[in-house]
Amino acid sequence: MGKLGVVAATGGAVLVLALAGWMRPSVPAAQGGGTISGKVKFTGAKPAMPKIDMSEEPKCKAKYTAAPPTEETVVVNANGTLANVFVYVKSGLPATYMAPAPAGPVTLDQDGCRYHPHVFGILVGQSLAIKNSDGILHNIKAKGTKNRPFNISQPAVMTSDRTFTAPEVMVPLECNVHGWMHAWLGVLPHPFFGVSGSDGSFTIKGLPPGTYTIEAWHEKYGTQTATVTVAGSETKTADFSFAAK
Amino acid sequence: MQDTTKGKAVYVKWCAGCHGDGGAGDGRAAAHMLPRPRNFTGAVYKIRTTASGQLPTDADLMRAIDDGLPASAMPAWKGRLSDAERRDVAAYIKTFSSFFADTSQHVAVLKFSSEPSGGTGANALKTGRQFYDSIGCRKCHGDQGRGDGPSAPTLKDDAGFPIFAADLHQSWRFRGGGSTVDIYHRLRTGLDGTPMPSFSDLIDQKFLTDEQLWRLAQYVRSLSPPEPPEVQDVIHAPQIAGPVPASPDDSVWGRVGRYWFPLVGQVIRKSRWFAPAVSGVWVQALHDGRTLALRVSWDDRTQSPDSAWLGFEQRVLETVAGDDSGPPPPKAQPWPDQLAVQFPRHLPESPAAMERPYFLMGSETDPVYQWRWTSTPRRSVAGLARGIERFDTLPGVVAGQARFDHGEWRLVFTRALATPDTANEVQLEAGRAIPVAFFAWDGSSGEHGSRMAVSTWYFLALDRPTPPGVFISPVLAMLVTLGLGLVVVRRAQGGRRGTVRAGRQR
Repeated sequence: MGKLGVVAATGGAVLVLALAGWMRPSVPAAQGGGTISGKVKFTGAKPAMPKIDMSEEPKCKAKYTAAPPTEETVVVNANGTLANVFVYVKSGLPATYMAPAPAGPVTLDQDGCRYHPHVFGILVGQSLAIKNSDGILHNIKAKGTKNRPFNISQPAVMTSDRTFTAPEVMVPLECNVHGWMHAWLGVLPHPFFGVSGSDGSFTIKGLPPGTYTIEAWHEKYGTQTATVTVAGSETKTADFSFAAK
Repeated sequence: MQDTTKGKAVYVKWCAGCHGDGGAGDGRAAAHMLPRPRNFTGAVYKIRTTASGQLPTDADLMRAIDDGLPASAMPAWKGRLSDAERRDVAAYIKTFSSFFADTSQHVAVLKFSSEPSGGTGANALKTGRQFYDSIGCRKCHGDQGRGDGPSAPTLKDDAGFPIFAADLHQSWRFRGGGSTVDIYHRLRTGLDGTPMPSFSDLIDQKFLTDEQLWRLAQYVRSLSPPEPPEVQDVIHAPQIAGPVPASPDDSVWGRVGRYWFPLVGQVIRKSRWFAPAVSGVWVQALHDGRTLALRVSWDDRTQSPDSAWLGFEQRVLETVAGDDSGPPPPKAQPWPDQLAVQFPRHLPESPAAMERPYFLMGSETDPVYQWRWTSTPRRSVAGLARGIERFDTLPGVVAGQARFDHGEWRLVFTRALATPDTANEVQLEAGRAIPVAFFAWDGSSGEHGSRMAVSTWYFLALDRPTPPGVFISPVLAMLVTLGLGLVVVRRAQGGRRGTVRAGRQR
């Protein structure tokens, strides 16, 4: 009985651990789960973005051969949709939900005296690799209020790593050497976010079944929300529409 | 033991007027200030010994409270509040932000090395200057360090208020202290809440060595005088063989002592001005027995009007409230830079008399005689001021030659010592204490009319030609003193042998 008991206990423990691992909501399956996708429409007159005068930075200016660079506060796509809208699950997950940070970093590149990407997301604890591809002085200032703000200097081609400790939508990032350089970082405890791209679409994948409040955030036009219920591995659509102001 | 209840009492009494009841930096007086009082709710502090993004240490907070922040409205509280009161108020200030209670916050003083020697040597300064250029300090602080870099007019702090890149020629005004060590610490920590970043990553990633960063700090320190300027009351104008230099860049000026006169905002008459851009003027003077040359130099980030700074000017005007119940802020305009030198019309009858006209541009009944220079159109005029509002030019001439060079104006006024219009124009007599005062306007900071920086009365003294006796009499005096001293010593020594007693008996 003794030997059998040990085997049974061990097996039971393994089973419990495996179950615990399987049931942990913090590790969404890479495949499977629900998907929310949609488009961000834009109505009204497309605002003209101011041109950026980069004559103080010839290295950056030289990177714009086709057309002079403009500010990116409002980027309306060719198909009439709005880019750079951060769409994320605002509520509907357990309050204590905290996904482990992925091992790989999110990269923010300073290239041509602009940030790439302009709007993006990161998980709490995940590394943000701040890269200077320009090789001229940039400072990177993060102006969070739930996260500690910081301001670091990068006068050369180099990469600095930073992490964020608390969910915050959004943390403004800016360069003070080049007053036109702005980026926006959404810090979340989960990976359920997307950014509308050059076709205006976004996708949030791998959602556990549930009813969610989805928020769409734009730096000029503010926020909108939608409620979406997903079950199993179905794909639901949530479209948003922002109007010119 | 820190007591936040007692700390609150101290705070309400002494701090809330500027920093606000809730610590948001929005007290009653805050609207008149630039830089604004600290907002404690975000726990973001400029002057720390910790990495950028970290909370300050208790010692960092105590330093700001004890010593104040130079060139801001924050005074030093050491001596005004007891040790316990200052500790308690520091503890209370921390309660405005939840970050201080968050035990996951990492607070560690950075590992600072000590300053390498040779910091004032040519090689050290050359290395420092190389890094000043290569890591882009000039972008904000300018080629010569006067805060006039190409990015300077765009700078804002985290609250969106306009902020000046520091003038590196005035280390006594640095918020975190003006020593080389202070500068090195600021380079390592950055000034959180401002555009000034931390350069620690560069050392961590070996883009530059710790010693090279020290050399940069030493170079920055070398731009300011070794000691903060001391205000003296009298400008001595030596007499030279002549003629006096009319150019501000004449080599003669390099051999003449210069005097620093601090300026403050004009807050007496409406509309008041609480954010003077020109913190002071350096003054030198010379004469040749017929003509006076007065050289005034001052730091000014802009050669106004400068269209690149119009946006900055607008933000300054919107940020700094003038009068408590005044009109809305004026619109930014392309004002010129201006400088005025003021004298009484006459010297007092008796040299001992001290009566002078009202320092703030005289009055209707007792006007003052002024030289006024403007940058655009470039001209100098003499005239009578009867208060701030009224200025009437006189036909008598004063010549002015000015040069703007990397954030510095250098201006030389020349005028005959004696003029025909003795009723209105001060006669510059050698050997007299001639009252003099200064006024400055930076057009690109919105300064015009009553929005200006002012000084009080000081004196100008034209030295008489030095009679040979001046050189001989000190020598004579020394010899006499030496002789008398010897006599005294002799007699004292003699006293031990009874000579003094003998003397008394005589």
